[in-house]
Amino acid sequence: MNFAGADSGVRDEAQMICAILAGDTEQYHALIRPYEHSVYRMALSFVKSESEAEDVAQEAFLKAFRDLASFRGESKFSTWLISITLNEARRRLRRQSILHMESLDEPTQDGARISPALLRDWREIPSEALERREVRALLQEAIDQLSPIYREVLVLRDIEELSIEETSAALAISISSVKVRLHRARMMLQKDLAPKLKRTTSRKRRWFQ
Amino acid sequence: MKLDCKHVWDYISDFLDDSLPPETREMVQRHLENCEICSAILDSTRNILILTADDRVFELPTGFSDRLHARLAREIDSERERRDKPPQD
Repeated sequence: MNFAGADSGVRDEAQMICAILAGDTEQYHALIRPYEHSVYRMALSFVKSESEAEDVAQEAFLKAFRDLASFRGESKFSTWLISITLNEARRRLRRQSILHMESLDEPTQDGARISPALLRDWREIPSEALERREVRALLQEAIDQLSPIYREVLVLRDIEELSIEETSAALAISISSVKVRLHRARMMLQKDLAPKLKRTTSRKRRWFQ
Repeated sequence: MKLDCKHVWDYISDFLDDSLPPETREMVQRHLENCEICSAILDSTRNILILTADDRVFELPTGFSDRLHARLAREIDSERERRDKPPQD
């Protein structure tokens, strides 16, 4: 489940929000259930530990509850929740001063090309490979190692499956910046992961047969 | 016009999103049909993105949902109590 997928179905979120604001706060629990995994996953892609990500996720859901009256319904509830989660994660990072000058320095390098890892052939790695902790850890590390400006675009677009336009709105950056950063993020992942995944899955290829 | 490999790499992301203008897409497609390196780069990128998006990569910790809803209920209750309490003079 991702942010994009959670919106489908027959839930009338606008009506739920009205009811919550009118005092039926119990409904808030139902409103946010489809987004728990997405919010946690987004938090985890910014902070380093699971417990910290859980904390960020709780704070984001609380903040969304407290600010619910200011939700105007111009965007989807999910998009609004994303901005809150992003802000909460960034606030946490700033407090730990992990961001350094990164967000100021890096966009100037947007023009530089990332060369992908060169391979002669690629044998599709099936999703069953994710049953192995080793493979999951490789993917988590690769995402971790992206700097925040690339990681946030990749997470919103490729993991939460937002459109280019929604990603641009959530991050308040231009559509062309989304595309440039997304391209670089994807190439960095390919460069880092393709050789490692190829090695680990070909060694244990029998596993899948 | 013929594309060299380095230019094709620049288009990989837009190619995956199907957001290239038709004539550029066709040029890239033609190149991919004849270049095993670029098509392996495209296939591996697509495959890696599919794996990355899988729910299993970042699973919810055990008890996450219970702890979240318990905390929300606690905070919502205490906020309501604060609000409903008659003003002291």
